[in-house]
Amino acid sequence: MTTIATSHPKQRLSLRKQDARFAWLLLAPSILIILGVTLWPIISTFILSFFNAQTGLNQVRTFVGFGNYIEMLKDQTFWDTIGRTLYFTVVSVGLELILGLAIAQLVHSHPWGWKFLRFSLIIPWAVPTIVNGAMWRWIYSADFGALNGLLMQLGLIKHYIAWLTLPNMAMPLVILADVWHMMPFVALILQAALATLPEELDEAAAVDGANAWQRFWKIRIPLLRPAILVALIARTVDAFRVFDIVYIITNGGPASKTMTITYLTYLNTFSYGKQGMGAALSFLISFFVLIMAFVYIRVLYRPEEN
Amino acid sequence: MRYRKFLRKLFPFLLTLPVMFFIFFPILWLLSASFSTQVELYAVPTHWIPQHPTLRNYLDIFFPNLAASTVPRTFAVSLWNSMRIASVVTVVCIVIGSLAAYAIVRIPFKFNRAIHLGLVTTRMIPEVSLILPLFIIASGLKLINKPIVLVIVYMSFALPYAIWMMAAYFQTIPIELEEAARMDGCTRLGILFRVVMPISVPGLVSTAMFVFLVAWDEFFYALIFTSTLAAKTVPVAIAEFVGRYAVNITGMMAGGILAALPPVILAFIFQRYIISGMTAGAVKG
Repeated sequence: MTTIATSHPKQRLSLRKQDARFAWLLLAPSILIILGVTLWPIISTFILSFFNAQTGLNQVRTFVGFGNYIEMLKDQTFWDTIGRTLYFTVVSVGLELILGLAIAQLVHSHPWGWKFLRFSLIIPWAVPTIVNGAMWRWIYSADFGALNGLLMQLGLIKHYIAWLTLPNMAMPLVILADVWHMMPFVALILQAALATLPEELDEAAAVDGANAWQRFWKIRIPLLRPAILVALIARTVDAFRVFDIVYIITNGGPASKTMTITYLTYLNTFSYGKQGMGAALSFLISFFVLIMAFVYIRVLYRPEEN
Repeated sequence: MRYRKFLRKLFPFLLTLPVMFFIFFPILWLLSASFSTQVELYAVPTHWIPQHPTLRNYLDIFFPNLAASTVPRTFAVSLWNSMRIASVVTVVCIVIGSLAAYAIVRIPFKFNRAIHLGLVTTRMIPEVSLILPLFIIASGLKLINKPIVLVIVYMSFALPYAIWMMAAYFQTIPIELEEAARMDGCTRLGILFRVVMPISVPGLVSTAMFVFLVAWDEFFYALIFTSTLAAKTVPVAIAEFVGRYAVNITGMMAGGILAALPPVILAFIFQRYIISGMTAGAVKG
């Protein structure tokens, strides 16, 4: 292409222009749709976050500047909610990464039936989020749940327990449901990455006397860094704005013990009729998510030091 | 020596057993319970395998007119709604999205990078930040409870997702192919449809599968935009009944199994595409 370009500068220009026009033609439908369903709404939400917009009986809309944001930051409920959201995010993503890495390593060591194990991992991931949530809600059921049934048969409990009404159990149980659903995703990504690592490095290290533990930490983990980061970004961004699984398993209860930031936003916007506050909260979630994504992308594309 | 090798195989195999138990115990219990009667579900100690298995829960969903409760009818209709909505979203995203992706990765013009980065960003915006303005407009246009409104709002996450995945796929196609076609006098449009698209079928298929899965899975928009049977999707139907007392729980379990079936079957068929798709589309919209 470069040879043509240099010999016919005029033709190259017109080709460029034609190319640009063609590119815009191909992009137009997508750009219009995204402007309509993403860009315009996020700007509207941002503007709305500066208004006191109540719906219902005392319907008002007055400009309050940063009023919603200030009210939000002064509110203890907000900080408690942020704390719970971080608890959910850190614990579930942490468990998913640790278990995912361990299981990826297990599959990679090719025990009997490893292909079946790898296929099995796809099942929890493919189950829809709401079906997963409903399933765990039934498992935790006080009347017929499999958890009670299992613990009873193992002799660990004497009578059925209403697990989801225990304030300190609700969040761990929601996390367990999320781990079952998304840990396989992490395991599959990391297993695929492990499969692409050159075997020779490992063998060379073994010849030099490195044990399995050292080879894992000193060779595999550094080489896996990009894949680990991809899994980490995806899971953190998703977990921070968790909604579906909380909605279905606990409805934010008991006593707000599983109320996360997206759930609080949902309640403000659609139940309490405080749309301005809902907009401020939701804008904050977006801001947080984008900051996290930005940091991760920077880390991911950082040139290798060594 | 053989003994040590045997041990080296046996030990990891023993480790897979608890993993298998963790993966299969919940889903197999759900499956088993969906074949039991309401009475047997409540049996203590738990009947892990129903002593009086029944197909009632499934038959009720397939023939809702004969069913006694409203649960099966809701499931039958909402499964159909989910199927329609997810299919239309998939087709639209594949057609529009693959054209956009091609322009981004293969046609040099001023804004390739800016548009690509813009798309990466839009797919991370949480639904909760977009929903209120969309809801107000949809109410104004009297679109609430119509399937088309979900098709439109699902574009906010499905379209960037499709573009992102297709862009990653087009990047793997050798540019020499296109250059050769161009030397032969093929137009850009000709190259796209005669050269690029035919060899991109695997990418299109896996993208279609992922878009279908995310559309099938979506809950938040569906919860807000639909409340009647005209457009209610399966996740909304499940959420509506779960947690209520004295409803047909085993019937809902059968509904849950049926809702999980299409994605699990798709994932089974397209197994080999899943990993690459996961990596390309890792930061879910």
